[in-house]
Amino acid sequence: MNFSEVFKQTNQLCKVSPDGKYLATCVQYRLVVRDVSTLQILQLYTCLDQVSHMEWSSDSLFILCAMYNRGLVQVWSLEQPDWHCKIDEGSIGLVSSRWSPDGRHILNTTEFHLRVTVWSLCTKAVSYIKYPKACQKGIDFSRDGRYMALAERRDCKDYVCVFVCDDWHLLRHFETETQDLAGLEWSPNGCVLAVWDSCLEYMVLLYSLDGRLLSTYSAYEWSLGVKSVSWSPSSQFLAIGSYDEKVRILNHITWKKITQFEHPAIIDNTKTVYKEAEKRPGVGSDEMPLHNITMGATLFNTQSKYEICPLPVQIPVVKPDPDRASPKIGISVLAFSSDSRYLATKNGGFQVQSLNWHCSGDSLILLGKEQLCLCYMDTDQEDK
Amino acid sequence: MPESSTVKDVLSSSVECRTSPLRRFSLSSLHRNSLGVFCSEDNVQECLSHISQEVSSFGLPPVWTEPGSGSELNIVAVLNCMYDLIQLHRRGLRTLENMEVEQLKSNSNVDFLQLSTTRLKEQLEISKRENTGLLERERQLQLKVKSLQNCLKNEKEEVQKLQNVIASRASQYNHEMKRKEREFNKLKERLNQLLVDKKEKKQAIDVLNNIGRADGKRSLWKTEKMEAKHEGEMYKTLLSDYDTRQRELQLENAELRKVLQQMKKDMVSILSSRKPAAKGDKHEHSGMQAASEEEDDEAFDSSKESVELYCVHAREKLANSIRLQWRRLKSHVERLDSQVSSAQTGESKSTDAVPRETHEEEMDRLKLEIQQCKDFIQAQQQLLQQQLSSPCDEETASLLSDCYMLQEKERLGDEWKTLEEQRKIFERERRNFTEAAIRLSHERKAFEEDRATWLKHQFLNLSPFSDSKKPSLSKSKSAFLISAETDSSAAVAPEKFIKHRSESPRCVPLTSPSTADLYRTLCLIPEDSSTKPKRKTEHVEESSVFCGNAPVRHKRWDGIQDRTLSQEKNSSI
Repeated sequence: MNFSEVFKQTNQLCKVSPDGKYLATCVQYRLVVRDVSTLQILQLYTCLDQVSHMEWSSDSLFILCAMYNRGLVQVWSLEQPDWHCKIDEGSIGLVSSRWSPDGRHILNTTEFHLRVTVWSLCTKAVSYIKYPKACQKGIDFSRDGRYMALAERRDCKDYVCVFVCDDWHLLRHFETETQDLAGLEWSPNGCVLAVWDSCLEYMVLLYSLDGRLLSTYSAYEWSLGVKSVSWSPSSQFLAIGSYDEKVRILNHITWKKITQFEHPAIIDNTKTVYKEAEKRPGVGSDEMPLHNITMGATLFNTQSKYEICPLPVQIPVVKPDPDRASPKIGISVLAFSSDSRYLATKNGGFQVQSLNWHCSGDSLILLGKEQLCLCYMDTDQEDK
Repeated sequence: MPESSTVKDVLSSSVECRTSPLRRFSLSSLHRNSLGVFCSEDNVQECLSHISQEVSSFGLPPVWTEPGSGSELNIVAVLNCMYDLIQLHRRGLRTLENMEVEQLKSNSNVDFLQLSTTRLKEQLEISKRENTGLLERERQLQLKVKSLQNCLKNEKEEVQKLQNVIASRASQYNHEMKRKEREFNKLKERLNQLLVDKKEKKQAIDVLNNIGRADGKRSLWKTEKMEAKHEGEMYKTLLSDYDTRQRELQLENAELRKVLQQMKKDMVSILSSRKPAAKGDKHEHSGMQAASEEEDDEAFDSSKESVELYCVHAREKLANSIRLQWRRLKSHVERLDSQVSSAQTGESKSTDAVPRETHEEEMDRLKLEIQQCKDFIQAQQQLLQQQLSSPCDEETASLLSDCYMLQEKERLGDEWKTLEEQRKIFERERRNFTEAAIRLSHERKAFEEDRATWLKHQFLNLSPFSDSKKPSLSKSKSAFLISAETDSSAAVAPEKFIKHRSESPRCVPLTSPSTADLYRTLCLIPEDSSTKPKRKTEHVEESSVFCGNAPVRHKRWDGIQDRTLSQEKNSSI
């Protein structure tokens, strides 16, 4: 693997454009746009303050830079470097900012989640959405970009608002049966909305696009519940990772559990376990139903080897502090491969920041704090 | 008293001797005699000596001394002796009494001990039983204790888990509370700040120029029509999704239905192939009927199914038929299992040990039989191979080719020999007959001539010139006379004669039968002789060619021979 020179960045703001041509990085208050192939600097923009959040628009023409301290959002155009746009939220403050799927609207969440302001870059029109919920994942856009689901909390009750992204028309507004809605996610086909409760209650609700409740799922009571939820790309499966270190998969026809995966400390039922043999102490390991892989080497220095461990393998488990809230146990990250054949999960307090599958579904990239690991799946195996 | 002297001598020699048998033997005569008295007038001395001996043996002073002292008894000594004896006796009685008492005591002791042992044994039994009962109870109680301990452990674990849950929830609540409080505080500060801070920054957007929509279209006003359009679009999306899903499910259903059909066909074929095997089974009969119905239904179904693929009834029918077939198959398999098990257990429904033995015996026997059969087959195969492959010489080949008929042939040969002999005999006889017949014919001819001449002469003798020719006719006359005698009887029944002739050619006909008769007789015999050899040759030829038909021809030959034999017999008679 070849690596380029190191580029500076702050706040981990470094994103490749959706069309894959440009690379944008933020260095303090500057926005640097490079060409991906040559890594030449194409554009350089200067923002008014240190950039807290940076996002490409869906058509790769605009870049959003949000400065939460100042309550400012600046939008830059690649085609026209002279074009500028500044959105000032004023006294009300800014907590989060994001693009709409069409790349022409910006949604700003004000401080204290007082409201969500929808700014249109086409018409300079403003829309307000009241009572947005401050939760793990309160806003989600459907994959085709037509609908937006927003969690609302009004009078100590949870609601879901479905907006049509064309004109921000409120399509549906319905109450959910959750105690404290923690997140929502559209299915990839845009017809089902999965809504889950906070960790105090294991509850996953499935609503259809028009607001009907299709099904509910609750694996157990009292113990800490859902930690993460992920749809399979084919919309056939819904994977629910919970604090009891288990992943449960629901099927889209009956919305009943079809299987569950466990993450025991001693592994003896998988095919191969790769363990990194390194001079430095191993950082952590990742668990998957089929392969067990530890973190990879750093970019340059230490060479690492992978040796196949004989089963059963004992994984070093750090017992989390039970007194702390939101303990670092349970399945925190779930990722389906693109062909829905594999599911990668991260259990426990391992230092894995993100799991991402390659779009062909063959390989997986694990990103840690200081390490990067690229795993290739052996596609000859015909396992689920 | 010579007797007593001898006794004395014996006694004196054995005064100190205490061998009671010797004494008894020697003093047997001194025991109570016929009267029942020890001592009588004739054996006083002996008694005396005997008594003295006895007394001395008891350790008492002697009663009677040697005859040298005096023949009279010492009364004092005797009385003393008696007294001593009485004392002794008393003592003896006393000891006897004592001993009896002792014995009684010991008996009663023994009884008592026996009673006590039985009692103690019973007690021991009872206590043992109690002990086992107590042990059993103890064991049960221990089990109970263990189970209760387990329960307790489980409960404790559950309690612990619940406590953990409660703790985590409590911490989570606290955390949330704190977060909310912090936010609330922030809000309060902000509010304060806002109230204080007069300069209110308004939110605004500053865009250089409006950019076009992403899709290039003009943005539309928000109207009800738009809302309706949005609703419509939403429903369209949902419907399309449902459509795709339904199509997928349809495909899946079709696949599964195909699989079910296939399964049903397979099951039906399996069951139908077994039907002829189990005819006497009631189930099968009913099954056959039902199956025939089913087949009709199936035929009906398959014709309709293409049309009513998604009809509920068709689906139900398919499902029901599958279930039915499966049930039948299951019952059949169960029946087979039970048959196998019953065959294993044998005829009797007794314990398993015996049937298993019989079963094993059967198995062994059958195996042995199979082995034998196999060996037999092997041997036969080998022989067959040998025969086919090995080159054998002409003789053996020819021998082998007709090996099946060898015995028959030999038998046939023997019979042929006998027949040949008989034939020879018959030939000889026939020759004799022919000769006889020829002779006979010659004689007849001669006789006829004689007769003719005689008649001629007779006729001529009617004239006075007959005496000169008489002596020349003497021979013929005699012949004629003889024949005349027979003639009279024969002439009466010429037909009978012919018949008789035909039956027994030996019979000499001396009359003058017609030439036709002669010819016939002459012809008959050659006829016979000519025909019979022909037949014989025929037989020979035939018998040489058709071995198998030999017995048949043989019979016919026998029949013919019987006839000739009967003829011979008749002739002999």
